[in-house]
Amino acid sequence: MATGIKDKVAILGMGCSKFGERWDAGSQELMAESFEEALADAGIERKQIDAAWLGSCMDAVNIGNSAIPASTALRLNGIPFTRVENMCATGTEALRGAAYAVASGAVDIALAIGAEKLKDTGYGGLPPPFKGTFNDMWMPMASAPAGFAQLADGYRARYGISKEELKRAIAHVSWKSHQNGVHSPKAHFQKAVSMETIMNAPMISDPLGLFDCSGVSDGSACAIVTTPEIARALGKKELVTVKALQLSISSGQETAMNTWDGSYVPNTRNAAARAYKEAGISTPREQISLTEVHDCFSITELVTMEDLFLSEDGHAVRDYLDGVYDATGKIPCQIDGGLKCFGHPIGASGLRMAYEVYLQLLGRAGARQLKAPSIGLTHNLGGVPYLGIAGISILGLH
Amino acid sequence: MSDFGITGYGAYVPRLRIERGIIAEAHKWMAPGLKGQAKGSRAFCSWDEDAVTMAVEAARDALAGSSADALKAIYLASTTLPYADLLNASIVAGAISAPTGIAASDAGYSQRAGTSALLQALKGGEAALFIASDAPVGKPASVQEISYGAGAAAFTLGAEGVIARLVGKASVTDSFVDHFRATGQKYEYAWEERWVRDEGYAKLAPAAISAALADAGIGIDGVAYFAMPSQLRAVADAVAKSVKFGGSVVSGLENGVGYAGAAHALLQLALALETAKPGEKILVVGFGQGADALIFEVTEAITALPKRRGVSGSVADAVATDSYLRFLSFAEGIDVEWGMRAERSGKTQLTEQYRSAFQLEAFNAGQCAACNTIQFPQFQFCVKCQAPRKQFRQVPLADEPAQVLTSTADWLSYYPAPPLYCGFVQFDNGARLLMEMVDVGPKGIERGEKLRMVYRIKERDRARGYNRYFWKTTPIAAG
Repeated sequence: MATGIKDKVAILGMGCSKFGERWDAGSQELMAESFEEALADAGIERKQIDAAWLGSCMDAVNIGNSAIPASTALRLNGIPFTRVENMCATGTEALRGAAYAVASGAVDIALAIGAEKLKDTGYGGLPPPFKGTFNDMWMPMASAPAGFAQLADGYRARYGISKEELKRAIAHVSWKSHQNGVHSPKAHFQKAVSMETIMNAPMISDPLGLFDCSGVSDGSACAIVTTPEIARALGKKELVTVKALQLSISSGQETAMNTWDGSYVPNTRNAAARAYKEAGISTPREQISLTEVHDCFSITELVTMEDLFLSEDGHAVRDYLDGVYDATGKIPCQIDGGLKCFGHPIGASGLRMAYEVYLQLLGRAGARQLKAPSIGLTHNLGGVPYLGIAGISILGLH
Repeated sequence: MSDFGITGYGAYVPRLRIERGIIAEAHKWMAPGLKGQAKGSRAFCSWDEDAVTMAVEAARDALAGSSADALKAIYLASTTLPYADLLNASIVAGAISAPTGIAASDAGYSQRAGTSALLQALKGGEAALFIASDAPVGKPASVQEISYGAGAAAFTLGAEGVIARLVGKASVTDSFVDHFRATGQKYEYAWEERWVRDEGYAKLAPAAISAALADAGIGIDGVAYFAMPSQLRAVADAVAKSVKFGGSVVSGLENGVGYAGAAHALLQLALALETAKPGEKILVVGFGQGADALIFEVTEAITALPKRRGVSGSVADAVATDSYLRFLSFAEGIDVEWGMRAERSGKTQLTEQYRSAFQLEAFNAGQCAACNTIQFPQFQFCVKCQAPRKQFRQVPLADEPAQVLTSTADWLSYYPAPPLYCGFVQFDNGARLLMEMVDVGPKGIERGEKLRMVYRIKERDRARGYNRYFWKTTPIAAG
């Protein structure tokens, strides 16, 4: 009987590069930046790393296939180094590989590193997706915001919410994150943005305006994991351990059957239910101190609060407008500014979220430090809401 | 008298229309004289329409929901077919689920190709689908640009349920060059209109008409409808007068369609069939390096023909465009900056296209025999019960009622007709998929809106010159 990985894996050290338009750095430099910080934080030497996982998503504008570009950049010679890719859940997938290696007893110390260089394209936004030779023959060549915008129609119809009311609630999602980003020195965007600016921004994919979309940035984040016993032996006093790591991937039911109504993301619900079970969380609203969720678009974050069972179904609009997820609210969301302020270097995002939770749990988050958090949740959503990947990690004090 | 003939008709005119005044206004700085031609509107192809897609739509109208199984031949006539070496009619055959045992042929190279190929098809004597589809393109600021249009007409031919039989025919061939377009050239080169009118239409058409009347053994007073296309104004009336025709001259479809090249005479024939009564005769003339004259007699069976969109329905189904540059861009008359996203390769894997043809060509969902779920696309196992695909029943979605479940207007993606409307389409039979939504008017599109399926170009691979087709959806209520 599987017992899950709760408390079998501790974070020995983490690092995160400065996110943004890093004209000065390619993926290799970005990886080196987060790696050096993590190595110093862990207090170990390079040679103590037994195995590594690289998360990197977009071959065409990044470092290319395999883990070789990472092993070369970090000069990690002769160890098992695996590249993983699972769209926007890629960073979490890398952490999952490293955590599972430690939990299984196969290795003592493992590295998870994610990086993405998105600003070598020559334009803003993400490159057009390649959906596969077959899917490209019939799927609309729609952008990522067009995929997530479908949630707005579904959500409004189910709960009878007007266009204006939903627009205001999702604007609050972005407004709150920009407020938080002010205190994140590593964020791409560190300026507050007014509700008026957000509401009146140019339309990208109806109803998502420019400020309903996360930024496009370069960045890298990194985690070094081991067992709690080894961490203590290496001198760590306060430990952050992995409470749960779960993934859920669509089989096409939402898109090809007529049961899904477009108002929620079934994958997030699946992954959340399993993660709470693995972590032993029965009342997430009471037990979770903070979340870093996949706010690729404001509507995604709003719906995610219901899918994580933090807001009751149909109540996310009101909860947002009531400030439940603000920095001063009951369950702060994106206390570092989220994808909204950090942008979304795909391979790095999941690990960047874990980095923030790790800092918060250890009381090292500086001006944005929350009061005594004990459990934090990260959430990634790859692909599109109806055909995608949800990745969830729950981290907590040991 | 032959018991073989036309058993049904259908038509398609692109929904997109532009007032000729908008075209004239755009050119008035250098061609103020165009103002004299600025009457009514013309149809034009969206970026994802061509002679093949229009042919499919006209064919669907002609088939009126009936199966293509009994067809033995398919004929496609046009001067603007996308391929010089690839059987264009085979693409149409795939889209309408024609049987593999069908003969298929393309005709073209003259604006008379429509009537000439119809004569061939009628001579063939086997159950056939004949389609003429054309979208001649005029150079910016030319008379052709403002007067030309686009459209397709389709006819089912057979021995049962004949609504119009050919009772007389004649052809005249003469190397009269009123205009020409060399292979590979984008635009035609046309001679002076007065000469074309006086030496061309006024002499060649009457010669063919006289011979056809003689073939039918009737006089001109035995003809009720006279249909002759020309991009030159009033030519049809002048020829009718010269042959002493006293009946009804069929509309030249100047307003709402425009001169549709090789398809035009056939659009006029379809239009005449909409109102013709049993026993009436329709004279159709095709012009180009001579002329064809065809005389049809309408039968009793026309009164029992199920209702269809036809030419009138197509003309009425319009979405107005107020931008000349949009029209020009769709006609590839202007190369605008689409940004780097447009650099994405549009290459089609022909192997994959062939493997998936069973579901993509004619838009077939699969119905699982184990749990009855109708699903698209069809993967190896049922989406609901995981039963294997080999027991799926093929369920065409092209004519299945559907509505909008969710949608958005995407301004970010590269799309030649921005914004890209896309969303989930919910079919009444339970199938569902994400689709492109085209020809959306200024009102946009809303949840619950009723949709119909249309055959369009999914990808234009300009680097290799290949169009890949697939089905899209459009609001039933235009504009």
